[in-house]
Amino acid sequence: MTEQLKAIEERAKAELEKASDIKSLDEIRVRFLGKKGEITAILKQMGKLTPEERPVIGQLANKVRADIEESISNAQSIVKAKAAAAKLEAERIDVTLPGKAPKLGSAHPLNATLSEVEEVFLGMGFDIVEGPEVETDYYCFEALNMPKHHPARDTQDTFYINDNVLLRTQTSSVQIRTMEKRKPPIRIISPGRVYRSDAVDATHSPLFHQIEGLVIDKGITMADLMGTLELLLKRLYGEQTQLRFRPHHFPYTEPSAEVDLMCFNCHGKGCSMCKQEGYVELLGSGMVHPKVLEGCGIDPEIYSGFAFGIGLERITMGRYSINDMRLLYENDMRFLEQF
Amino acid sequence: MDLSMRWLADYVDCGCDTKTFCDGMTLSGSKVECFEQEGDYLKNVVVGKILSVKDHPDSDHMVICQVDVGDGEPIQIVTGASNVSEGDFVPVAKHKSSVLHEGKVVKITKGKLRGEVSDGMLCSIGELGLTTHDFPYAIDDGIFILGDDCDRTVGKDIREAVGFDDTKVEFEITSNRPDCLSVLGLAREASATFNVPVNIKEPSFEGVDGDINEIMSVKIHNPELCPRYMCGYVKNVKIEPSPHWLRERLRACGVRPINNFVDITNFVMLEYGQPMHAFDLRYVEGAQINIRNAVKGERITTLDGIERELSEEMLVIADSKKPVAVAGVMGGEYSGIMDDTTAVVFEAASFNGASVRTTAKKLGMRTDASARFEKELNPENAYPALIRAFELVELLGCGEVIRSFIDCDMSQKKDTGVEFNPEWINNFLGTDIDAKQMAGYLESLSFEIKDGKVYAPYYRIDIECKADVAEEVARLYGYNNIPKTIIKGQANAQLTDKQKFDRLITSSMLGMGVNEITTFSFISPKYFDKIRLPKDSKLRRAVKIMNPLGEDTSVMRTTILPSICEVMARNYSYRNDSCYVFELGNEYIPQDGEELPTEPERLGIGFYDTKNKVDFYTVKGIIEQLLDRGGAEQVEFSRPSEDSAFGETDAFHPGRCASAFVNGREIALFGELHPETLENYGINCRTYAAKVNVPELMELCVTQKTYKPLPKYPAIMRDLSLICDEELAAAVIEKTIRKASGKILESITLFDIYRGEQIAQGKKSISYSLTFRSHEATLTDEQADKTMAKILSALGEQGAELRM
Repeated sequence: MTEQLKAIEERAKAELEKASDIKSLDEIRVRFLGKKGEITAILKQMGKLTPEERPVIGQLANKVRADIEESISNAQSIVKAKAAAAKLEAERIDVTLPGKAPKLGSAHPLNATLSEVEEVFLGMGFDIVEGPEVETDYYCFEALNMPKHHPARDTQDTFYINDNVLLRTQTSSVQIRTMEKRKPPIRIISPGRVYRSDAVDATHSPLFHQIEGLVIDKGITMADLMGTLELLLKRLYGEQTQLRFRPHHFPYTEPSAEVDLMCFNCHGKGCSMCKQEGYVELLGSGMVHPKVLEGCGIDPEIYSGFAFGIGLERITMGRYSINDMRLLYENDMRFLEQF
Repeated sequence: MDLSMRWLADYVDCGCDTKTFCDGMTLSGSKVECFEQEGDYLKNVVVGKILSVKDHPDSDHMVICQVDVGDGEPIQIVTGASNVSEGDFVPVAKHKSSVLHEGKVVKITKGKLRGEVSDGMLCSIGELGLTTHDFPYAIDDGIFILGDDCDRTVGKDIREAVGFDDTKVEFEITSNRPDCLSVLGLAREASATFNVPVNIKEPSFEGVDGDINEIMSVKIHNPELCPRYMCGYVKNVKIEPSPHWLRERLRACGVRPINNFVDITNFVMLEYGQPMHAFDLRYVEGAQINIRNAVKGERITTLDGIERELSEEMLVIADSKKPVAVAGVMGGEYSGIMDDTTAVVFEAASFNGASVRTTAKKLGMRTDASARFEKELNPENAYPALIRAFELVELLGCGEVIRSFIDCDMSQKKDTGVEFNPEWINNFLGTDIDAKQMAGYLESLSFEIKDGKVYAPYYRIDIECKADVAEEVARLYGYNNIPKTIIKGQANAQLTDKQKFDRLITSSMLGMGVNEITTFSFISPKYFDKIRLPKDSKLRRAVKIMNPLGEDTSVMRTTILPSICEVMARNYSYRNDSCYVFELGNEYIPQDGEELPTEPERLGIGFYDTKNKVDFYTVKGIIEQLLDRGGAEQVEFSRPSEDSAFGETDAFHPGRCASAFVNGREIALFGELHPETLENYGINCRTYAAKVNVPELMELCVTQKTYKPLPKYPAIMRDLSLICDEELAAAVIEKTIRKASGKILESITLFDIYRGEQIAQGKKSISYSLTFRSHEATLTDEQADKTMAKILSALGEQGAELRM
């Protein structure tokens, strides 16, 4: 019987080696270890043995059974692993095929830039204020120290609705409306559409956007104006940004300053991009003219303030290297989807 | 304003190169646009002396010249010109030189002309880039023979020799500083900027005896428009070209020399910033000058040869019968200086700026004179200008000035003193500038400080208040030397509810794959037809622009829809596969009895997609999502009614268009665009659009979110398949189910609509999945069954049966 058991074990192992799937492994288990299996058959013959032989054979039979069981179990693991590997192999795909993400829309570059400017100003405590685009002559010019026939009006070619109503040429009108309504301290920016009768070309548009700022409080200085603008422009253009303040004239501010940005291309030496100037004109600003404050019922002996205006198109085109303003209003999908 | 650096050097020496000069002037407030060297394209062109002229052996219209150009050996030049002779001094373009030819720079090299060597070229006046206005003795079709007003040193660079080596600096002068539209004004600025002395002499003249009042008379009829009129009389006049020094200064400032008297008026205008006028007294009828308003229908032919009709608000200089000049704008042709003029009247006057500006604009002629007058020159400007003109006449020896002159001065003198308060200025600027230093800056600009007040010189019309004085101090101190500080004090900023809601809408639209666009607010009135607005639509009443660029941008939009359609049409014509766009923009609605229109904010949406399946329910889905994100409750949809809040319903497909209602208020219109609308826009595929009234929606939305506890008890799901008439709207079925099931209905989802086999003609099968749940206890099947029975019975009344 010992030989028989050993033979069974050998045969079982040999068959296990040949078996390649779970099903044949199960058959092997049944054939050798099952209730009607070969080992059971041997054990059934135990009665014929002497009492001395029984425990020996019994022990051997159990060991053989255990060995076969372990072998089957090992074989099963191997087969399963192989099957799993085969399945994974079969499921191989081309990972370079395009993805299927849901499509997101793109913010218009003007508004994306505006949001960023607004963030900077909100952080500095500026409220965002809006006002009408179809405006009266009073708010657009008169209250800004530009009475009728003022020569400075020539620089802002205006669309008129009638003698007294026009499309605002600047969002400064919102500053006047704000000063009439609110008492200082005032810190606002007024972004929005403005209109000037310029024909459309690569750098002009009859409709464009301005962001104007206004600060009124006791003790506001020109140094504050310069510090605020430097902060803004460094946030927008980077810490290395260099500015130049230059005297200018606006009827609604005194002193007035234009702010130039050092040319990024030549760092102030002068090149074709900055027309040999070394600087690029960026925005206008100044201390609010006492007449403007008075007109809004704010005493210029007590309060002072500053104002500035930036063209949103200019900043946007600079940020994204857009060389033609028309692209911003054409709304070609191939353009919009780049942002 | 173009400035001749040579002219400037007559008054001030800044001691620096042009670039440093330009930067300094720019930073002190006189912005330099650019500068250029005159004739800088002329290279290797020198003064040559013709040693001999002999005929060309092989040509009867060319000659061979031996020319001394200072190089030791003379050079041989062949020329086709016939005006050269031995001993002439001429411009010689040597081998490897460049000159101007027909406006372009060309290179000259040696070569052979009909077999004879030519080592260069003799130049005409035009080839130097000059004209016979610059050198009246030169001829256009021949070689320029240098006169004795040129430096005739052989070999000398031609630019230096003829004085064509000046530097022109172009300034952009702001409208508050007409005094800087002059050489003297800029000289004063340069002196203050570079802290160097300026040498300006008071003009003076000798004059001859005579009483001007016996010769002519002046009367100001409208002192408001002409506060001061001065004039003087010059007799025994010789009209001839001005001397070289005067001509070259005019040229560098961009003014063409004409003759001595015209040149003097221009010279004085450029030097003093005071426009002058000269006229021939022979043609002034009655020797009488009347400064008066034009009479309606009066006409004048101005110096440019154009006849102009005048209107009553325009001021003219007239003789006893007719206007001889448009005041401050341009003189009349008839009374202008001519070659045979023997007596000249010089005028220096002061006119009301606004009046000159309006007149010039109305006549469509902005002149050097009007550009200065319209900025309101001080009447005191007239005096030195007139005296300077007399001085020049005597300097040029071209006439005799009668010593007495007329001065009608009706101007009001103003006390121009402004408080001088260094402490206030420092507080205002945020600086710590010494009071003495401040006074020094102001004095360098010829301001006078007396008894705590500062007085600006008469030509400074822009100094009216303390802030103006602060600017003078700041610009000479240097704006860029002012420290940069951060605003003191605290401020809290936050977005308004509207701004937050706008951001919510924008982010929701972007999240749904719709791209943001920016379009013009003005449109063409034709667009109303393109979107099929009825002829009597109130949306056709728009705010009209009086002076539009063109019809396409002539009215303010009363509806955002055509702007959206235009963008889709453009993308379609560019063959873009798909186009998903939205704009959050204003409409402009005129209001009866109001000066200004309202500007309600609207959301316009539009899309087409030629690659993916989209339909009415895509746009509806976008609207549903948007309303949900916005926080709208009680949303309902229906076909727009006859009296819809939206005037654009005809733009849409009548069967595929709906209105969205929030709390019963119509706030959105959306659907497929009408085939005719699409045809009008040239779009050849189904296209969808929507318009949402944003402020109205915001009012109805609950933006404050509140957490509802998650369910504790399990739900029971039941499916429900119905058969009903095609006409029965899904919304009715849904409403019926909701009403019948009461509180335990958690959700209702439509999952199938079927028509076809097994379903009778005119019927449809519609299937819902219902979820029931109680928040108080676990629902039993019996409760669910009972509810289903109620639902079915209610649906039965609507004509919907359970599908077996």
